[in-house]
Amino acid sequence: MSKGTLFDKVWDLHTVGTLPSGQTQLFIGLHLIHEVTSPQAFAMLRERDLNVLFPERTVATVDHIVPTENQARPFADSLAEEMMQALENNCKEQGITFYNIGSGNQGVVHIIAPEQGLTQPGMTIACGDSHTSTHGAFGAIAFGIGTSQVRDVLASQTLSLSKLKVRKIEVNGDLRPGVYAKDVILHIIRTLGVKGGVGFAYEFAGSTFERMNMEERMTVCNMAIEGGARCGYINPDAVTYDYLQGKDFAPKEAEWDRAVDWWNSLHSDADAVYDDVVVFEAQKIAPTVTWGITPGQGIAVDEVVPRADTLLEEDRPIAEEAYHYMHLHPGAPIEGTKVDVCFIGSCTNGRITDLREAAKFAQGRHVAEGVKAFVVPGSERVKKQAEAEGLDKIFLEAGFEWREPGCSMCLAMNPDKLQGDQLSASSSNRNFKGRQGSSSGRTLLMSPAMVVAAAVTGQVSDIRELL
Amino acid sequence: MVSEVRTMAGSGIPLIGNDIDTDRIIPARFLRCVTFDGLGAAVFADDRKALVGQHPFDQSQYQGAKILVVNRNFGCGSSREHAPQAIAKWGIQALIGESFAEIFFGNCVAMGIPCLTANSGTVDYLQKALAKRPQTPISLDLMAMQVHCGDFHAPVFMSEEPRNMFTEGTWDACGQLVAQAQQVRAIASKLPYMAWNR
Repeated sequence: MSKGTLFDKVWDLHTVGTLPSGQTQLFIGLHLIHEVTSPQAFAMLRERDLNVLFPERTVATVDHIVPTENQARPFADSLAEEMMQALENNCKEQGITFYNIGSGNQGVVHIIAPEQGLTQPGMTIACGDSHTSTHGAFGAIAFGIGTSQVRDVLASQTLSLSKLKVRKIEVNGDLRPGVYAKDVILHIIRTLGVKGGVGFAYEFAGSTFERMNMEERMTVCNMAIEGGARCGYINPDAVTYDYLQGKDFAPKEAEWDRAVDWWNSLHSDADAVYDDVVVFEAQKIAPTVTWGITPGQGIAVDEVVPRADTLLEEDRPIAEEAYHYMHLHPGAPIEGTKVDVCFIGSCTNGRITDLREAAKFAQGRHVAEGVKAFVVPGSERVKKQAEAEGLDKIFLEAGFEWREPGCSMCLAMNPDKLQGDQLSASSSNRNFKGRQGSSSGRTLLMSPAMVVAAAVTGQVSDIRELL
Repeated sequence: MVSEVRTMAGSGIPLIGNDIDTDRIIPARFLRCVTFDGLGAAVFADDRKALVGQHPFDQSQYQGAKILVVNRNFGCGSSREHAPQAIAKWGIQALIGESFAEIFFGNCVAMGIPCLTANSGTVDYLQKALAKRPQTPISLDLMAMQVHCGDFHAPVFMSEEPRNMFTEGTWDACGQLVAQAQQVRAIASKLPYMAWNR
């Protein structure tokens, strides 16, 4: 059993008590909600005649269903409009802050909370969305929940949970040129598997993460769930504090100094005990791309699609399923695979530093003929900042479309969808069958820079050749 | 509202495959709704379409099944409770598999639907038995932690805390959580960030 880790300390500080089942009643410091997984939760509250216990600890935005082209109300999709109205009414009725479209603060839920300083070290954070693990980048304990649990948090500001084990994932050294945070997490998931993290919180430690900026750390923690870990985190440090200081909801003045002291006290102890430790070398990580239908089916861009006989026996059936679905042949190089659609955005890679890096490679180049490429900033603030820096112009000149903020084609609950068996180079987080809106659509996950490389060449390409 | 879940019995349905994610259980386009009503018809919509009538959820021999038998890491991916809701609304009351993704498992607990694990040999046996004799009754016993299928029986597993919630009828934790509001406020008042800029 782990001891002395940040996870243990934050868990203990938020423990309300032990329930008769033996589970812990855990206080949730920040609750984020959106239009997809909350309407049923509010309906359950009404059925039970319950109110929101701490309305000031819940923050709402709209992201999954919003169109990224025409955002005029009512939405063309009447179902999306109905969800939007439900959220507006529920927030109004319960006194919950709602960052609506046009507020200047709307965006993908896992982008807006950090950028406003709502996400802070030492907090417990829950949201009805599996990518809530993102917020662990600040040294928060953050995890996705289902709708019944959204109801529980609204009604009691707590959850009934079993404590997770803690696995330290250490990555040391400098990343090679062309290798990004996205490649690091895809490499970890490829190695430990998509179910390797079930039952664990992942503590990402080591010099590679220490040298990452906050947005890179968010990319890593965002995809902990793709490795099966409901929660991933990084101990807070000067990088965390520099990012937070001055943000809207960050503590100010004398409170700031007290906050830093408190945050430092939560850091995993030097002699902390972990349930498991895994160590990687940054130098061995290459630009990585998925070839299959789970985020664990990743390879270095210069590798070939693995042959079934090179895989563990238990991984072979899903590999066979993936060859068939992806129209890819075992033993064939992934580099050179023709792409139809290129998507830059999502809670994984829709932040300003992602867009800056992508623009760097888009500048002076042009999207290949026949390829549809679009950039979806993660929030209204990201969009505004990008436009102030002229990134929108770089993308537009390079033949990319420049859209309004939302989840867009990461999960395609909005008009942005693949058609037929189109193949997408995507900076998002999931390559599941049908994920991007077409039941035969195909997704290759990669870093935003690699998406640009694919867009300008029309095929999966090694970003290192564009450096 | 809350009731004990101790034994489940009925016919079973096998669904073979590792890492079946919640996007496959219920594709995102069906999440455009403000209630869970009607999700049962859309469960595995795209997989069923691709198999044109040959998906177990479409095969006549498995209609009315109550127990779903799955493989490894079932329910991975998105946290959408729409996935277990769709499975439940189709008629499933319990799952048995090699392993389950964590958020999916937690959603099922909150809905009163036990997800029991068993070793791969047991799961394989059950899936084959159901393919050969679809009407073989299956029963799951959360007190004895056994699965019975015809003459076959084998141990099943679930960690102690969620198991207690089923057997004691406290799987819907909402009432218990709400009852502690005073203690919740006391703990909240000790957390430094509760006082900052909010």
